[in-house]
Order: sequence, then structure tokens, then C-alpha cells
Amino acid sequence: MNSSKTHRSVVIKSMFGVVVMFMFAIFVLPPLYDLFCEITGIGGKTAGAYTATEITVDTSREVEVQFVATNNATMPWDFFPVEHKVTVHPGESKEIVFYARNRTGSDMIGQAIPNVLPNSAADYFLKTECFCFNNQPLAAGEEAELAVVFIIDPDLPASVNTVTLSYTIFDITDRVPMQVSQVQ
Amino acid sequence: MAHGPSKNFFNRWLFSTNHKDIGTLYLWFSFAMFLLGGAFAMVIRAELFQPGMQLIKPEFFNQMTTMHGLVMVFGAIMPAFVGLANWMIPMMIGAPDMALPRMNNLSFWILPFAFAILVSTLFMEGGGPNFGWTFYAPLSTTYAPDTVNYFIFGVHIMGASSIMGSINIIATVMNMRAPGMTYMKMPLFVWTWVITAFLLVAVMPVLAGAVTMMLMDINFGTSFFDAAGGGDPVLFQHVFWFFGHPEVYIIILPAFGVVSQIIPTFSRKPLFGYSSMVYATASIAFLSFIVWAHHMFTVGMPIAGELYFMYATMLIAVPTGVKVFNWVTTMYKGALTFETPMLFSIAFVILFTFGGFTGMMLSIAAADTQYHDTYFVVAHFHYVMVAGAVFSGTAAVYYWLPKWCGRMYDETMGKLQFWIAFIAFNITFMPQHFLGLAGMPRRYSDYGLQFADWNMVSSIGAFMYGGAQLLFLYNVIRTIGWGKPISDPKVWEGAEGLEWTVPTPAPFHTFSTPPVVK
Repeated sequence: MNSSKTHRSVVIKSMFGVVVMFMFAIFVLPPLYDLFCEITGIGGKTAGAYTATEITVDTSREVEVQFVATNNATMPWDFFPVEHKVTVHPGESKEIVFYARNRTGSDMIGQAIPNVLPNSAADYFLKTECFCFNNQPLAAGEEAELAVVFIIDPDLPASVNTVTLSYTIFDITDRVPMQVSQVQ
Repeated sequence: MAHGPSKNFFNRWLFSTNHKDIGTLYLWFSFAMFLLGGAFAMVIRAELFQPGMQLIKPEFFNQMTTMHGLVMVFGAIMPAFVGLANWMIPMMIGAPDMALPRMNNLSFWILPFAFAILVSTLFMEGGGPNFGWTFYAPLSTTYAPDTVNYFIFGVHIMGASSIMGSINIIATVMNMRAPGMTYMKMPLFVWTWVITAFLLVAVMPVLAGAVTMMLMDINFGTSFFDAAGGGDPVLFQHVFWFFGHPEVYIIILPAFGVVSQIIPTFSRKPLFGYSSMVYATASIAFLSFIVWAHHMFTVGMPIAGELYFMYATMLIAVPTGVKVFNWVTTMYKGALTFETPMLFSIAFVILFTFGGFTGMMLSIAAADTQYHDTYFVVAHFHYVMVAGAVFSGTAAVYYWLPKWCGRMYDETMGKLQFWIAFIAFNITFMPQHFLGLAGMPRRYSDYGLQFADWNMVSSIGAFMYGGAQLLFLYNVIRTIGWGKPISDPKVWEGAEGLEWTVPTPAPFHTFSTPPVVK
């Protein structure tokens, strides 16, 4: 009798550990990972919309910003930056344009995911406007010019002279079917 | 009074709650899986015998590499050691049975279903899992065959089985040791298994979590691992290896335990440095939780991360070195004899150490960029998995089989098997180091002509190694059926421990009254 009680206590404690670890994997690890990436800037994830404040433009310094566009495997759109690179002064607000065209015969929705290299520059790449903040519905054959307005923070580490902003565009039509009707 | 097993075959095996019968079931199941996984390996090596596509399609090749890994890790090696634990732990600590016999039955009998589900996918439209045993997202989510849900369900069941088996072992060891059997008197096999059981309880749920997140991404529209929805595929690798690295120690620690039983027996000396062995095992278990990202040096980690994971990984060589030196010192000036279990154990020490050294090479983050995902990695982990876990499992069967069935195996055949296995193993995997260093990537069904010669050598070795396993099967069956009967409780002259105090063959019930350990 006594031994079955001690067995039960081992089982209960172990099962508690199992449940905790399962929850840890699903509910703690992913947010923790995102938080870790956000704090350290690993992964080149940029922050959301930036509200412009008064920044003095540092005209003594020039930073080259390059643009890269990639289509995720199944994405059939034409998608590329109109200008491949620009040179800006830190603190200066700059608008650049990406071109997108839905080559297919059906209405689609795309979502662009940004990434900044080098990773150490991600926190200093401020976007006041970006098409990546929303998804992009394009009707069959429709084309669009997608704008990004960005400011390079003057605090950008001195070692960084070139920043690469890349977008990967994903097909998310199946995920948000309701919004296709809004295209028309 | 003592009564034997049920006379009815189905009652005895389907409803068994006896630790010895369940141990036997585990061992036979794992051997069947070992042959199945081995058959998959034979298909792989046959296709790689020559460059170009000869026998199978690349799609099927991918399924073979994936299934070989999954079946060997989860179907062959892990259940084999659970089987040994079931047989030996109660006998080693003087307990009448496992603590939770009905859960023991359940944890075994869900395994055949898990593997039936997993293997059945090979016959389904779209084929079986083809994304590698590490099933990285998005290969295993966005681009997976439809059968991936069967794979996920199978992994869930295997995880449940392992967790139940582990809880059972923890409860048995914590609560059912004979009077006087303190923790620091437990045989090392028991110690390594307790630590393994804790690792399993900690990380199998993480594996379950990883496949559950995959399931959600595939079927329920979440985006844990999908960048389009704000997720991150690299997260998958972190979660997987947070499970996966402790998993490799889950596989190897019981093997350490087996070897630590066998080497003292045939050296006729007590194990050198018993307590340092216990602490080394515990240290390895702890370190296994903090080194996982050394599997992912090429994902684009910051330099600080690479350095941390590199040094932490190298640190594992310290407790592992303690163990290797202890085994060698146990043999030093011992009265050694070289029966089959001892041969396999010595080969284990040599080849495992070799695999450990290639692991050291891989841990160097800068060099790993070159070695990553090449045959060098394949060679490395087969040195530690096959020459480590499989050799030690084979040694364990030869060591304890006479105790289990009261009949002696054929020593000549055992030694013949050992030498074929030892030579064939090295013919198979040594050249894979060269292939990997020369740049041959793993998991491809074809290769450049410059890799042709060593691949042919490797394939010839693999077929020989496969043949040696059939000899093993024959020897075991022959022993059980027609081996020379023995009755000495101490099968081996130098053997020490409670399991050698019970009669040979071990009766159905042992230690109904607990022995007193001085």
C-alpha cells in the first residue's frame, strides 16, 4: 500500500514535468525566441512602423542602402526594386519603390517579409512607411508600385557603410480568402 | 507460491506485466526494427554503390534515409535499451518487478502501433516521410507529403511510450531498491539509466511539442515555422535540437552503463573510479541541455553564439574523457579474457572514442562550416551510434543471454560475428570520413564521379555488416533453442552484482523477498 503511494507520487511529479516541458516547447520557446532575436537583433528582423521625430541629418556621412527582392518558392509574381541601391545621409528620410505584378490569371494576396543585413544594422533601419506592414492584394494581371519610406538612424554603428534591405514575398492567398473580394 | 508465466501464448505475451517478459518483448521488437532499419540502409548503400541512378528513384531514396534514421533511433536503439532496463534493473537492485507493471505493458504495446503507422506511409500515395530524420521545417511542413500527419502521430506515440518507460524506471529505482542498496552502491547500468530516464522525461515532451507545432502549421493555419505568417523556420531547428542533443545522450548513456558492467567482469577487477563515473554521467546529462545549437553553426548565428556553443560542446569531452580513462584503467593490469561481450566492449571504447574525436573536430565552429551536412557528419554519428550504442547492445545480449535463458551461446560464432562486424563497420564508415572531407554532401541519391571508389568500398562494408547481424540473429535463436545448458548462477567467473546471485536461467519471479545488501 505504502509503496503504491510512493509510486503514485513519482508518477504525478514526472507527469507534471512532462506537461511543463510540453507547454514550455509550445508556449514559451517561440515567444522567447522572438524576444531574444528582438533584443539581440539576430535574424535581421526590423521593427514595426516608426513615427518620425526631429532628427538632425548627418551630412558628413554616407551610407549605401541596397535592395533585394526574392520570391518565395511558390510565388509567381514579378517582384523587384525599381532602384537597386541608393546613397543616403543618416537621418535623411528617403522613399524608394518596389514593383510588383501579379502575372497569374487569378486574384492573389502577397505578404512581404523584410530582413536587414548586417544584423547589427537592423535596429537602426527605421521605416516610417512600408508595404510590408500590410498584405498586398493584387487582382489577376494587376501591377503596383509599393513604397517604403525609411530613415537610417544616425546612431548606426560607424563600422557599417552598407546596409542591405531584402524582402521575400510569400503567397498568402489561401490564408486570407476573405480579402480577395476587396481587390475588385 | 511462486507461479510461472501463463500457459496461453496470448495471455502470456499480450497481457504480460512481468518485467522479464516485457524486457524480452522490447528486445525482440527492437531487433526486428534493427533489421528493418538495416534493410533501409542496404537500399541506400546499394543505390550509392555506383554513381548515377541505378535502382531506385531519388524520391524513394529520400524516404529511405529518413526512415532509416527514424527506425534506428526510435525503433531499434531506444527500445533495445528499455528492454535491457526492464530485464536487468529489478534484478540489479533486488526488486521483484518494475514499479508500475501495467504501465510497462502499455508502454511496450503502443510501440508496434507507432511503427506500423510510420512504416505504412511507405505504401501510401505520396510516399513516406522524405525530409530527413531531423524533419526541418519548412521541408516537413510546407513541402511535406500528405503522409506527414501519420509521421507526427507516430512520433507522438513513441514519445508517450518512452515517457512511460522512463517514469517506470525512475519509480523502480527510487522506491524499490533492496535494503542496503544505497544510490552510490547501484550498478552503473542502473545509474546511467536513471539519468537517461530523467533526460527522456525532460525532452520527449519537447519533441512532442515540435511535432505538435508542425501539425498546427500544416493543418490549423498557425505560423510557428512559416515566415509568411511571422514565424521562423530557424525556430524549428532550435526546438528540435533542444530535444535532439539530449537525445543523443539518451542513446549513448545506457550504452556507457552496459560497458561499465562488462569491462570489470572480464578484467576481474572492480570498475575504476565508480563515483567519478556517476558524476561524469550526470555532468554529461547536464551539459547536453546547453549545447544544442552546435548542430546549427551554419544557420547564421552571431559570433558570440558560435563561440559559446563551441566551447560548451568542447567541455563535454572532459566528463566523457573521464569515462574513457576509467574504462581503460579498469582494464589496466587486469586478468583480461576476451569473450564476445568483452570484445564488443573494447571495440566500443576504441571506436566510440574515435567518434568522439571527430565530434571534437565538428565542434570547431569555423571548421564545421566545411564539414556541415557532409558525409563526415554521417561517419561521425555512425561511429558513436553504431560502434557506440549498437556494439554495446550486442555486448549486453551476449553478456546476459546465458543468464536469461540458461544456455550458453556459441563462443566461436560470437567471435566470428564480432570480427566481421568490427572490420565491416570500419570498411563502411571510415571511408565516409574521406568522402565528407572531400565535400560529398549527405542525403543525396547521386554523387560526383570523384567519390565513386570510396562509396563502393563503403557499400561493400555495409553489406558485410548487414550479414553479420544475420549471424547474430542465428546465434541468439540457436542459443535459446539448442545452446549448451548451464546452471551456475554466476555465468561469468568475474561477474559481480545481485543479478548473478539468482539461479540460472533467471526464474520468472526473482527477489520476491528482497536481498540484503551489505
